[in-house]
Amino acid sequence: MSSVLILVDSVGGKVSKSTAEIATFGRRIGSVIAVVCSSDAAIIVPQLADLAIDRTITCTGVEFEKFSTGAVASALAALVTKESPTAVLIASSARGKEIAGRLAVRINSGIITDAIDIDSELIATQSVFGGSTTVHSVVTHGTPIITIRGNAVEAFHASPGTNAPVHEDFSVSYDGAGGADRAAVLSVAPAVKGGRPELTEASMIVSGGKGTDGNFAPVEALADALGAAVGASRAATDAGWYPHSFQVGQTGKTVSPQLYIAAGISGAIQHRAGMQTSKTIVAINKDPEAPIFDVADFGIVGDLFTVLAQASAGVIAKKS
Amino acid sequence: MKIAVCIKQVPDSWAEKKMGSDQRLDRASVDAVLNDLDEYAIESALALVEAHSPTGEVGEASGHSITVISMGPERATESLRKALSMGADDAILINDDALTGSDALATSKVLAAVILAGGYDLVLCGTESTDARMSVIPAMLAERLGFAQLTFAGKVALNGTTVNISRQTEFGVEEMSAELPVIISVVEKINEPRYPSFKGIMASKKKPLVTKSLTEIGILPADVGSAAAWSTVKDSLPRPPRGVGVKIIDDGNGGSQLVSFLAERKLI
Repeated sequence: MSSVLILVDSVGGKVSKSTAEIATFGRRIGSVIAVVCSSDAAIIVPQLADLAIDRTITCTGVEFEKFSTGAVASALAALVTKESPTAVLIASSARGKEIAGRLAVRINSGIITDAIDIDSELIATQSVFGGSTTVHSVVTHGTPIITIRGNAVEAFHASPGTNAPVHEDFSVSYDGAGGADRAAVLSVAPAVKGGRPELTEASMIVSGGKGTDGNFAPVEALADALGAAVGASRAATDAGWYPHSFQVGQTGKTVSPQLYIAAGISGAIQHRAGMQTSKTIVAINKDPEAPIFDVADFGIVGDLFTVLAQASAGVIAKKS
Repeated sequence: MKIAVCIKQVPDSWAEKKMGSDQRLDRASVDAVLNDLDEYAIESALALVEAHSPTGEVGEASGHSITVISMGPERATESLRKALSMGADDAILINDDALTGSDALATSKVLAAVILAGGYDLVLCGTESTDARMSVIPAMLAERLGFAQLTFAGKVALNGTTVNISRQTEFGVEEMSAELPVIISVVEKINEPRYPSFKGIMASKKKPLVTKSLTEIGILPADVGSAAAWSTVKDSLPRPPRGVGVKIIDDGNGGSQLVSFLAERKLI
């Protein structure tokens, strides 16, 4: 039976939601082998038990965090040789794409990034040019390496006790090729975690733009009522109203949640490129001609402060 | 120190892009510009040299050089000239008919060959091109060249032969360090790229811009181009327009109507 390698992604010992999603895609193609390259493997492997995973492999012998993307690529390359998988699936994070790029060079194979769907024949669907065009692509040489965007599929979770992936350790060595051991991480100041979900993983996002005039409180209030993440347009981050890491758009994050609410965002192509594939889009803007209304399923022409306040109260009332 | 900045000419990022009948981006129907995100890399190179120049200026007297490198058709010289007018010293264009349809693997192969031949110590890139948006070239270059990889830098500093960067990742704010040679990609919040001055534009016309063929950089035509592209587009279609949405004017009840809409869609 054909098999697929997936790279397990984790932050601070917690397996990312994207891992469950790429495992779900992997099952369409063959049996799923999850690869763990982390010093936290002992706490990561148990978290994989209920995912669409048949085997787990922990790579040992290398400080992956220290050598970063080059060492992970070299471990994956060794496993491609060992397992001869049909494909390698990796999350489309900045780090995931770097690992995929290095692996493609190392094993001389074709690469497709930012797939939003993938079928059993390994045909990948991509949404390109700011979401205006849908493309179907295939890798024609080597072992296909495909990175997959977050929220592209409803992740499979087995009921407790019904799934038991076989586990093994795989000893790898890192030869330093690719120069990854030449860069050292001196320090990491962990991101201050609010109670809100991570932007690229969130199933709902409320974003604020120029129309907020720097007051994000009503945006955050609705986000918290919904359990959503907060995003911002480039105009808002450039003005210093919200940190750059929350920017949605061409030069920021690309998101594809179930629900995207744009408040006071005009919807320039720069912004639409980062959110146009959201399932449901709501726009609130004073200007009835704002281009954001062209992509909105539900548009409200009005003052965002009154609309958001009323909506937050309504959501809280509905939930209680 | 020899600095190289890799740049790409792309369709204007504000223009609507579409696929051509050959399943490749239709580049002819849109204006071509220097990739926005590469301007930050050019500015970073200029700022680094200015900080380490006895006169505080770029150019020969600084003791450092900045070369801009691009792979592309003849008209990519416009983008290279723009980089020269901002203050880079010279430019190299790799232009060869055999390069048409090259994928990221081939592009990185070509750029790596030029970087290796030029003996550069420090290579700067933007994080991605605004057309293909793969964001893999800096990592592929590091893999091919064996340079230390310092990507997604929000700050860059050079002390002797040590480069320090600061970057924001999903793990938090990381401080990284490496000895030359290094490859750096910079994010767009790192600086404000300068506009070319009139003097800079006039000076750029006299700066060296050489065009090289594949033979001149020692790469076989069979290793690049569409025949050697290891991924291919089967088909493409414009995204179907979103169903016509509802648009209401807030009459004092807009927020409540939004809540009803979300409930209807089972989002709450």
